[in-house]
Parts: sequence; structure tokens; C-alpha cells
Amino acid sequence: MERIPILKMGRYLLVTIQVDMHDRLAMALQDDLMEQIRRHHAEGVLIDISALDLVDSFIGRMLGNIAAMARILDADTVVTGMRPAVAITLVELGLSLTGVRTALNVERGMELLDTAREERETGDGRRQG
Amino acid sequence: MAVVRDEQVSVRSEDEVVRVRQFAREWAISLGFGLVDQTKIVTAASELARNTVIYGGGGTVRFQALNDGPRRGLRLTFEDTGPGIADLQLALKDGYSTGTGLGLGLSGAKRLMSEFEIHSTPGQGTRVAVTRWK
Amino acid sequence: MTDGAKSALPSLLGRYEKEILEDWVKLQLASDTHRADLVTERDVRSESQRFLEATRTAIANGTDIRTPEWNDVKNLLTELSQSRARQGFSPSETAMFVFSLKQPLFGRIRTELAKDPAALADATWAATSLIDRLGILTMEVYQKGREGVIQRQQEELLELSTPVVRLWDNVVAVPLIGTLDSARTQVVMENLLQEIVNLGAAIAIIDITGVPTVDTLVAQHLLKAVAAARLMGADCIISGIRPQIAQTIVHLGVDLGDVVTKATLADAFALALKRNGLTVTKVAAVSSGS
Repeated sequence: MERIPILKMGRYLLVTIQVDMHDRLAMALQDDLMEQIRRHHAEGVLIDISALDLVDSFIGRMLGNIAAMARILDADTVVTGMRPAVAITLVELGLSLTGVRTALNVERGMELLDTAREERETGDGRRQG
Repeated sequence: MAVVRDEQVSVRSEDEVVRVRQFAREWAISLGFGLVDQTKIVTAASELARNTVIYGGGGTVRFQALNDGPRRGLRLTFEDTGPGIADLQLALKDGYSTGTGLGLGLSGAKRLMSEFEIHSTPGQGTRVAVTRWK
Repeated sequence: MTDGAKSALPSLLGRYEKEILEDWVKLQLASDTHRADLVTERDVRSESQRFLEATRTAIANGTDIRTPEWNDVKNLLTELSQSRARQGFSPSETAMFVFSLKQPLFGRIRTELAKDPAALADATWAATSLIDRLGILTMEVYQKGREGVIQRQQEELLELSTPVVRLWDNVVAVPLIGTLDSARTQVVMENLLQEIVNLGAAIAIIDITGVPTVDTLVAQHLLKAVAAARLMGADCIISGIRPQIAQTIVHLGVDLGDVVTKATLADAFALALKRNGLTVTKVAAVSSGS
């Protein structure tokens, strides 16, 4: 079975989803990502979905899961490149993708990851007890 | 109302769910739906196809191109002989799920399409028909 | 009513095509509906000839213009009608081209069939009903053409009135103008989202200064557009909300959630610049020197 490639980009990992995903592939991706985050001590994950012409509740769930799991491993997640037709459909579908940050493209996504980490670290510093 | 084109396809595996999505896209394009409408149709088809495989134990989907006077539409009918749904009202509520899903399959598909019809008998199976008019 | 093919019309047309053509062309050129400014004598002759030829061929199979044998004639008339409309002819003037064939045709019928009143009547009837139908066809083609133009203009109007403009790096604005209906709002929103992608603009200002009224449906569409933009990684500011609209929104119970709203486009722009880490400052006055 083919697996979706994960690229290391400095402190971050980049995943570009280009295929029509089925369940096994999605499961494999989640497993692979968590393994890579751990191995490289990655601080963030960029999931580029600019090639997806469709995001259903299954993919939405997968993205939410990845963000949640990555957070536990101390990494932020940003989903980039969502297409307008997909965004409009998701709004209609009622899928809100809470806990998932988004950016227009990978470059903006990286900037977002930079600021997200800063915010979290400053926040942690100020947290009491 | 006339059925201008009619085709039935099996939905029994993940790979066939992918195929159903592609079919839905092709049919939507050939009926002249715009990009946003296409996306809605294919997304609804994906939700319902998944339901058929995961909860219905596999089944079929029927594609029909409809002519109702001046307007044209696409109808997808998903059918399975699975365990059926005991409480339809509950199943149609947003966020309800017996599995690990976000529970948006049925209610989501309903929102994306113009018409939504569901018949289910526990122990016998489920039939969901959705239509999108142009 | 007899079938035209059984009348003497087809054979008359066959035998006297040249003569009928001559009479017809002369008549057209002399008529006061003749547009010498738009069409030359040579054109009149060639168009008339082609039409007569095609009609003579088709009529051998009967006078029902719905049959495929009449397709050539119909295509010819369609072409003629469209090109004349483009040249500036009124639909009546184009229809007159067809109707004017009656006079030379009737004349020929009367001359040849004077001794047979029944045949004369049949042929005349066949001729008049055929020409009427063909004349009406040119009007219908003209009408369809106009409808096509109107539709295209409507579509252009839709696009024209909703341009998405780039105000600055990372900032786009769409000034909505006029009454918004459901269809139009959706088109505008799709355009806006596409431009956000095309220009890589993470801040979109939707200005509704030019919108007189907002109803629940339109408000919902606006909110959906904002939600979709957010999902894509952009943010929206709604500006130009007049007091009446603010009232309507509250009365309708529309929940704007955390969508930022500004009274004017200027305020919205200032906010967008701020979010980009930019401010506008006055350039120090240059001291005069000689």
C-alpha cells in the first residue's frame, strides 16, 4: 500500500495530500505523522490540502485527530490551501474543524506556526501553578 | 418526471467508496452543475457511501439523471441490507454517531442536497435517496 | 386544406424559379423598406436566389417545414436573420424579406393557373401559409437572439457590479452594490473566495455601503462567506453598515458572532493595515529651498 510522504522542513513537517484517500491510508498517515513528530522532535505540522477537491466528515475527522494528537506531542498543526468550493461545502455541511488552524498556503502556514509557538511559549511562561 | 439516465453501482469497500465519488463527480459535471454544486454533491455521496459500507455492511448506489419539466436534477439512492436504523430522528440529529464519526453523515448529506428521503427497517436495511436540482 | 405538395406550387416554383427571382428582387429593391444603406443589390440578389433555390428543393417533399427536408431553408433563414440583426435591421425588415416573396409568387400563380380557379386557390393558399410560417420563423430567430443578448448582459452585469479589488498587500475588498438576492450573493461570495486564493489575501473587506436592505437570507449568505473564508485561512471585515441595516440585523435576530464590523470602508482598511503591522503616517513637510 502506498503511504503519503512526509517531508521535513526545518522544525516542521509537511504533508501534501494529493490522493483520494481511503480509510487505511488515512490511518497510516496518522500513525506515520506521530512517529515522525516524535523522531524529529518536530514543532509543527503543515497539512497541505490544495489538491483536494473534496473534504468530507471523514477527512475532517482525520484532520482534527491529527491536530489533537500532535498537540499532545507538543506540536502545532496548520491546514493549508483549502479550495473555495471545499470551504463553502464544509460550511454548508456544518463541519467546523475546531482545533485546526488554517492558512492560505504553506508559506503563510509556516508563519502561523512560528507565531503559534511563540504565543504558546509566552503563555506557558505566564501560566501560574 | 422522467429518468433520463440510470446506473447502479456496488458500494462494498473503501475502494468502491472512492469510485462512487468519482462517478458522482462525472455525473454532476455532465449534468452541468457548477463547481460548488458538484462539490456538495460529491461530498454528500461520500458521506452516504461511507455509511453504506461501514454501517450497512455494503450495498448499492443508483445514479439517476432526472428531467422534471424545465429543471434537471441528479438523484443518488443508497441501499443496503444491513442492520437498519432504529431511531431515525436521533440519527438525523447533528453530531449523533454510534461509531467514531463526527455523526454528520446523514444530517450533513441532507443539508447539502435539495431533497432527502430515508427509509429504514431495523434488521432489514436502509435506503437513502438524495436529489440535487440544478 | 390541401397538402401543399399536391398543389401546383412545387411545379410552378420549379419551372419559373428564374422569373420569380427577377420579379422578387426588383420588388425588394423598389420597396420602401429596402435598406440601401445596409445591403447592396448584389447581396439582395444572392440572398434571394439562395432562398428560392433551397425552397424549391425542399418543397418537392411537401410544405411541412418541420420535416428535415426543410432544414436547409431554415438554416438559411436563421443565418440571414442573425446577420441582418447584427447589421442593424429591425426584425420586421428581416421578416419582410420573406413576406415580400408573396407578391411575385401570387402573380405567377395567377398567370399560370388563371384557367383553373380551384388549383389557383389551392396553390395560393399553399404559398401564403408556407411563407407565413417561414416569416414567423425569422421573427422567432430574432427574438431568441435578443434573449441571448439580454442573458449575456445580465451575466456581465452580475460580474461588473461585484468586482473584487486588491486594496493592499494581503487585503482585498468587495464593494457590494444594489439589492442583493440569493443567487447574486452566492456568486459574489464565490468570486471573493477565489480572489482570496488568487491574490493570497488573508484579509477581505466586504463593504455593504451600497446595499439598501439586508434580509435574513442575505445575512446568512454573508455569514457563510465569512465562515468559508475563515476555513481557508483568511478573515473578513464587514464594513459600511448603515444604522438602518444595523437595526434590521438586530431585529432579524441574526447573530454576527465574532465577525468584525466597521461603520466605514476606511475604518475597515485602517484595521486591515494594522493587522498587517502597518500604519499610515504623515510625511514630514519638506523645507523650501531654492
